[in-house]
Amino acid sequence: MNNINITIDGIKTAVPAGYTILQAAKELGIYIPTLCYLKDINEIGACRICVVEVKGAKALAAACMFPVSEGMEILTHSPKVMAARRATLELILSNHPANCQICDRSTNCELQAVTKKLGVREIRFEGESIHADIDEGISIVRDNNKCILCRRCIAVCKNIQTVGVIDAVNRGFNTTIASPFEMPLGETPCVNCGQCIVACPTGALRERSHTDDVWAAIADPDKYVVVQPAPAVRAGLGEEFGYPIGTPVTGKMATALKRLGFDRVFDTDTAADLTIMEEGTELLNRIQNGGTLPLITSCSPGWIKFCEHNYPEMLVNLSSCKSPHEMFGAVIKSYFAEKEGIDPAKIVTVSVMPCTAKKFEAQRPELGKDGHADVDYVITTREFAQMVKDAGIDFRSLEDSDFDNPFGNASGAGVIFGATGGVMEAALRTVADILNGNSGTDIDFEAVRGVDDIKIVEVEAGGMKIRAAVAHGLGNARKLIEKVKSGEEELHFIEIMACPGGCVTGGGQPVQPASVTNWIDLRAERAKAIYSEDKNAPIRKSHENPAITNLYKDYFDEPGSHKAHDLLHTHYVARGKYQ
Amino acid sequence: MAKDCTTCVETQEKQEKLHKVIAEHKGTRGALIPVLHEAQEIYGYLPMEVQLEIANGLDVPLAEVYGVVSFYTRFSINPKGKYLVNVCMGTACYVKGAGLILEKLKEALDLDVDECSEDGKFSLEACRCIGACGLAPVMTINEDVYGRLVPEDVVGIIEKYKNL
Repeated sequence: MNNINITIDGIKTAVPAGYTILQAAKELGIYIPTLCYLKDINEIGACRICVVEVKGAKALAAACMFPVSEGMEILTHSPKVMAARRATLELILSNHPANCQICDRSTNCELQAVTKKLGVREIRFEGESIHADIDEGISIVRDNNKCILCRRCIAVCKNIQTVGVIDAVNRGFNTTIASPFEMPLGETPCVNCGQCIVACPTGALRERSHTDDVWAAIADPDKYVVVQPAPAVRAGLGEEFGYPIGTPVTGKMATALKRLGFDRVFDTDTAADLTIMEEGTELLNRIQNGGTLPLITSCSPGWIKFCEHNYPEMLVNLSSCKSPHEMFGAVIKSYFAEKEGIDPAKIVTVSVMPCTAKKFEAQRPELGKDGHADVDYVITTREFAQMVKDAGIDFRSLEDSDFDNPFGNASGAGVIFGATGGVMEAALRTVADILNGNSGTDIDFEAVRGVDDIKIVEVEAGGMKIRAAVAHGLGNARKLIEKVKSGEEELHFIEIMACPGGCVTGGGQPVQPASVTNWIDLRAERAKAIYSEDKNAPIRKSHENPAITNLYKDYFDEPGSHKAHDLLHTHYVARGKYQ
Repeated sequence: MAKDCTTCVETQEKQEKLHKVIAEHKGTRGALIPVLHEAQEIYGYLPMEVQLEIANGLDVPLAEVYGVVSFYTRFSINPKGKYLVNVCMGTACYVKGAGLILEKLKEALDLDVDECSEDGKFSLEACRCIGACGLAPVMTINEDVYGRLVPEDVVGIIEKYKNL
């Protein structure tokens, strides 16, 4: 590629053609503040905080969008530039509540960070400020008072997820980000994926917190509180305590959960192994007995609700398996309760999830038995980290520990559920062994790993050819489903995760600012933690996990049994759009 | 049960027209605004059902449709009266006393801005510059333009439409 010669702040450099000024400056170690810019997601040059002076240009240029050209001379911190940035920032701040101390995003707010970077200590402008009602949904809370209209949430919702339930409404000072007709988000086809939350630079979007409920359950001597963290939690949690991105913290996480006072600490990975047994069997049944194909995974509640709204005709393709943590909730309140002699009514099940859609999922009436919800409370990775901080626990100094019996530690196949392609790989490990009738050594299905939009793989086992596909992010899911519907793709099995990158970059994971995500692929970095855990696991196939074989021996007989169907499977609801 | 069915026939006709408009524009870039204009012509306003029809027809999120409708004052989500009284609040009209004209209209019509009279005859709006600054202050009633107004003119003009 041709290099372009430019001068930034008097420093001569050459950068590849097509670079923006922001990229070129970054290479020279020059910081240019950004707010609305989110690489590949929101590239609209709207907020003007990144303006720079380009010699010969009439107006200041938005560095995030402006491409370099031969001989260009750029000033990133001239008095004119600094004055413009300060004025822009002060205008934004003049309409932003100054209650950082009690904000969810305090110390992890991009507006706060830019204000500090620019050294703004006073706001020269005074005027009206907006007063918006807070929209508190089952999963997501919107507080437009803190919104700076950067439109990152709109872009991710509309363009990446193709959900598109929010947009800018009205104009001028009255502009807000809202659902159509300003209806609550819960009345729209929002799927609760929470990608808007992790895209938000401020505290305008957050999850609905359930930590108070969990603290109350733990404090209640009549309750037996059982917790389970999802696979992806261990891949992100460390970031809340200063670990580099991609550091797995499984052992410390288990210890922290015990220290918080939960009565039992199990691992959702175990339930992921159980899911593979049920879903793998379902897949083979459908293939061998002429069932509806392709079978589509049902672990991701964001995807499920998306399918219910957008593709009701495809509900028959969804696996009837409950998502892993829901399966586990059902097992805890049945098998475990019986085994330990605990009244299921006294058990409170808590799931720590990288996901906001799980909060909505947990309150689905179909996910429970005899009036008891399978899962009582879902808290996000962020909420869990906050509980650890609430409890005064020094996370970094914790010793590692294992998960509690009778389920213990899970297989490597369970842990990779947290990344895109992981459910597929885990399933293929088991299905291939079943079809081959032996324990194969071909464990790593590299073709389904990574962050390509749609991955297609063909696997041969026991004389059967299985054609499978993986899509992550709902825009990609939509593309794949359209191909299946048109007949362009003929597949046996599809894995879909609602969030781009899968659960590791779910809407409930720690929020990394754009100053980080614009320069690294967070999806790939966090997935490294997942795959290193798998690689080091003593057991890497779900069907070889002794906790699972025992569970079938003691309780469920075999995958797909009547009892398994009663407790581990569910059904779906066709939902219109804006009924 | 001698229910008069003119309204349902009318509704059906309007819907057919809308479908035709959507079909004509579907797949072309920037189709949304022209379709909204025609839909507003057909229905007189853009209620949720119409916006949803357009969103589904053009494969554009309803949130985007509503965003555009709420951005432009020419689009309305509320029904309009048979006579739409619009007072220009552009800079020239404003300094020439458009505010006084608007106050007088509110009184004469017993309506607030963006309201429609119960008999469906009048609705009152304040709009941005309509480009007739030389005639400031200006108001329009449907396609009729009234310029160089003084508050005393208002009642007489309105009376004319009341009796139409």
